[in-house]
Amino acid sequence: MAEYRLTTPLSDADVTQLKAGDIVYLNGTLYTARDAAHKRLVELIERGEPLPFDLQGAVIYYVGPTPPKPGEVIGSAGPTTSYRMDSYAPILIEHGLKGMIGKGRRNEAVKEACKRYKAVYFGAVGGAGALLAQRIKAAKVIAYEELGPEAIRELVVEDFPVVVVNDVYGNDLYEAGRRQWAKV
Amino acid sequence: MRTLAYRDVVDAIKNMVIYATTHLGEDMLQALKRAYEEEESPVSKAVLAQLLENAKLAATQNKPLCQDTGLAVYFVKVGEDLRIEGGGLKEAIYEGTERGYREGYLRASTCDCFTRENLKEKVGYNLPPVIYFDIVPGDRLEIEYAAKGGGSENASRARVLAPAQGIEGIKEFVKEVVSDAGPNACPPYTVGVGIGGTFDYAAVLSKHALYREVGSVNPDPELAQLEAELKEELNKLGIGAMGMGGTQSVLAVHIETFQPGRMCHIASLPVAVNIQCHSARHAHISL
Repeated sequence: MAEYRLTTPLSDADVTQLKAGDIVYLNGTLYTARDAAHKRLVELIERGEPLPFDLQGAVIYYVGPTPPKPGEVIGSAGPTTSYRMDSYAPILIEHGLKGMIGKGRRNEAVKEACKRYKAVYFGAVGGAGALLAQRIKAAKVIAYEELGPEAIRELVVEDFPVVVVNDVYGNDLYEAGRRQWAKV
Repeated sequence: MRTLAYRDVVDAIKNMVIYATTHLGEDMLQALKRAYEEEESPVSKAVLAQLLENAKLAATQNKPLCQDTGLAVYFVKVGEDLRIEGGGLKEAIYEGTERGYREGYLRASTCDCFTRENLKEKVGYNLPPVIYFDIVPGDRLEIEYAAKGGGSENASRARVLAPAQGIEGIKEFVKEVVSDAGPNACPPYTVGVGIGGTFDYAAVLSKHALYREVGSVNPDPELAQLEAELKEELNKLGIGAMGMGGTQSVLAVHIETFQPGRMCHIASLPVAVNIQCHSARHAHISL
């Protein structure tokens, strides 16, 4: 397992070098979106309308942070469970999305889209919301403010720690890890 | 008849909510430290180290351990000889919850099932909570609280087994639920198992089992043995911390039965499994 330091937007070359299990420190911009925001993004694509941010090479972080206290950049900000975005992710990947950050398994359609269009799924440590918030240096809502924690935010991150779960070659860290350590 | 001021109940709940969501309990810290020491997979060990670091940071900064500060779930025991003065008990729990979540900068996560609209305006900030009331002898008020996140609830299940399936059937069901939860619900898990009563009550028992101190021994020796066996078998699944593969998938199994008598209907064997993520935020107060 290798370690990489990458800056967004990600290119094909950035993601094709990554293998499941690699540790990546992300720098640059991440966009946050959960179920409700994904639904709206996909509706915009279907209507051929512009998105609130550029999807080319973008990385979306599945997170709904707690409200910041006065003086804080962001509240606690760990990943949410990713499967809820599975029905929306493939169309975003087809339109240029290069990375997703969440926790938990993805379905076959997402893994297939990662292979076909060269995108990766990263896992961040769930329940480490205070720790991960430290790597977020700026945050602003750029769309759907009325969704509250589910609004789309633009985050500027420094060395945001993630692990490659699904790579462009069809490998899956969760399956491989369990195969290695299961005793049944 | 003893009286308790409404305001005191509100304040106690508010303080409990803020403290519990920012400070991981000593039992959980010990359990995570032990898992860190025993974990054989380097990847999972690194995750456990991050979780311990996160707990330290959250406590120092009074920052929520996790962004999912949950639905507020309460088990309340009200003494028959206790009266709340200046307002209703349920009202006090609502107000304490709302103030705790709002003033603690916690997330409001309640929404309409159908429109998915957040209820913070229509009902209140992270309201309503889920409350189970019980009436008991005496003049005390006992309130147990949990901030129960959505991810681990999504992986929980209830099933009514046939009596012939017995203990083996229960074990198989628990293994199935934990195996399916896999990486999704933030392992290492505490597994609450509710057995007996009715279809619905088994689920309540499985939830209440999670309020027990992690690492404590079940007072029923037969259940204590079943808990130990299940824990050992679940840890053979290889899930590991955050599902990245490892030997520490489950911190504890807690079983609770319908009392008295570990009761269920002669035709049924209801079993429910409530999954608890590693950010087990529980607290209780006695007033």
